[in-house]
Amino acid sequence: MLDQILQELPRFFSYYNLLFFAKALGVTFALSAIGCVVGFSLGFLLAAVRLDSRPAGRPLRIASTVFIELFRRIPFLVTLMLVFFIFQGLNADLAMFTVALISVCLIATAFIAEIVRSGLESVHRNQWDAAAAMNFTYLQTLRLVIIPQAWKIILPPVFGFFVLFIKDTALASQIGVVELAFAGKTMNNKGFSAALVYGTVLALYFMLSYPLARFGKHLEKKLAPTRNR
Amino acid sequence: MPQLEIVDLKANYGAHTVLERINLSVEKGEIVSLIGPSGSGKSTLLRVLMGLLPPIEGQVRIDGESLDYNDREQLRRIRSQMAIVFQQYNLFQNMTVLDNVTVAPIKVKGRPRKQVEDYAIQLLEKVGMGAKLQAYPDQLSGGQQQRVAIARALALQPGILLLDEVTAALDPELVNEVLDTVRLLAAEGMTMFIVSHEMGFVREVSSKVVFMADGHVVEIGGPRQIFDEPREARTRDFVGKILRH
Repeated sequence: MLDQILQELPRFFSYYNLLFFAKALGVTFALSAIGCVVGFSLGFLLAAVRLDSRPAGRPLRIASTVFIELFRRIPFLVTLMLVFFIFQGLNADLAMFTVALISVCLIATAFIAEIVRSGLESVHRNQWDAAAAMNFTYLQTLRLVIIPQAWKIILPPVFGFFVLFIKDTALASQIGVVELAFAGKTMNNKGFSAALVYGTVLALYFMLSYPLARFGKHLEKKLAPTRNR
Repeated sequence: MPQLEIVDLKANYGAHTVLERINLSVEKGEIVSLIGPSGSGKSTLLRVLMGLLPPIEGQVRIDGESLDYNDREQLRRIRSQMAIVFQQYNLFQNMTVLDNVTVAPIKVKGRPRKQVEDYAIQLLEKVGMGAKLQAYPDQLSGGQQQRVAIARALALQPGILLLDEVTAALDPELVNEVLDTVRLLAAEGMTMFIVSHEMGFVREVSSKVVFMADGHVVEIGGPRQIFDEPREARTRDFVGKILRH
C-alpha cells in the first residue's frame, strides 16, 4: 500500500489537484469561520434576549426560546435539506454555498445561544441584584458585570462546539457544496487511494481546528484569568 | 417632613405574602434598626425599598414625593436616593476594589473618572481599605469585602443607606471592624436602615428600633423602650430570649 501511495504522490499533488483542495479548504474554512462568527454574535444576542425578564421583552423572549429549542433538536442534515427546499419552494436562485452557509449559521446560533445562556446564568444572582440596586441598565449589567464573569464558563464549551462544528460542515457535501469531504470523495473517485486522499483531508481538517482550539485557550487565559485560586 | 415614609406596604413572593401593612417614617439623620426573628421580613423590607422585590400595595415617599416602583424612571430615582450593602457583600468579582467603588458613579451617573476615583480613594481610606485598591474581592477577607461594599454604597452619595445584616457572614473577630465603620457613618449623620442581630450594637447606635415578626411591624420605639420596656408581648418574648444569650 505504501508503494502505491508513493507512486501516486506526484500525480496527487499536481497543481490542479492542489488548487482543487485549496478551494475546498477555503469553502470549509468560510463555512466554519462565518458560521462561528455569526453564531457567536447572534447566539449572544439571543441569549441576552432570553434572559431579559422585563415584561416588554416577552414576545422576543418567546421567539428566541422557540428558535433555540427548535434548531438544537433538528439534525444538521435535516436543517440543510429544510433550508434547501424552502428556498427552492420560494424559487430563490441561491448558490448551494449560500444554502449551506445559512444552515450552518442557524445551527451555530442555536447551540451557542444555549451555551451562552447557561454561562450567563451561572453568575451568582447577587451580582445581578447589586447591579440593579446601583441603577445599571440591563445591557450595562451584562457588559460590565455578568459577561466578564461568564467567559470562563462560556469559552471552553463554545470552542469545543466550534471544533465539532468544523467537522459538521462536511455535511454540506450532501447538497453538492465542494468542501473538504466532497473534495476527498471526488479524488477517491478519480482513482487515488483512499488512505492518501482521506489522510490529506484529515491533515487539512486538523490544520483548521487545531489553531482554533489554541485560540480558544488563549482567549480563556486573557478573558478569564485565574488569580490566587 | 420625613425623609422616607412607608405607608401600608405589602409584598409577596409568588402567592406568599412576606410583608403586610408596613408603616414607618424616617427623619433625616435617623438610624432605624430592624430586628426580629429570621423570616420576619427585615431583609425583605430592604429589598422592597430597593425595588429588588416590587411592592404590590402601599406607598413609599421620599422627601414627601410618592414614588412608583413599577415606573422605570421613578425606580431609577428611588435607587439613586438609596444604596444598599448586602449581607454577602455582592462585590463584582471581576473588578478590583477601586473599580467596584467607581464603576457605578462613572458608568451610571456619568461623573468624571478623576473626580470619582479621588473620592473613592478617600472613602476606601476612611473604611481602612486604602492599601487594597488593586486587589480583587476573592483576595480579601469577609470583613475587608464588607468594608469595600460600604465604600461602594457611599460612593453613590445616597440620601439613605440600607445595611442588610452586614456582619452576619463574618467571623466574630471581623465583626468589629465593620461595626466601627458603621459607627463612623452614624456619627456623621447618615440616615440608615440597619438589619442586624448584633443587639448591643443596635442598642448603641439606633435612634429608632423596629421589631418585626411574620412580615408585620409589631412595635416601634427608641432602643430603651424596645430593649428595656417593650410594650408588646412578642417583643418582650424576643428580646428576653436574645438578652438571655
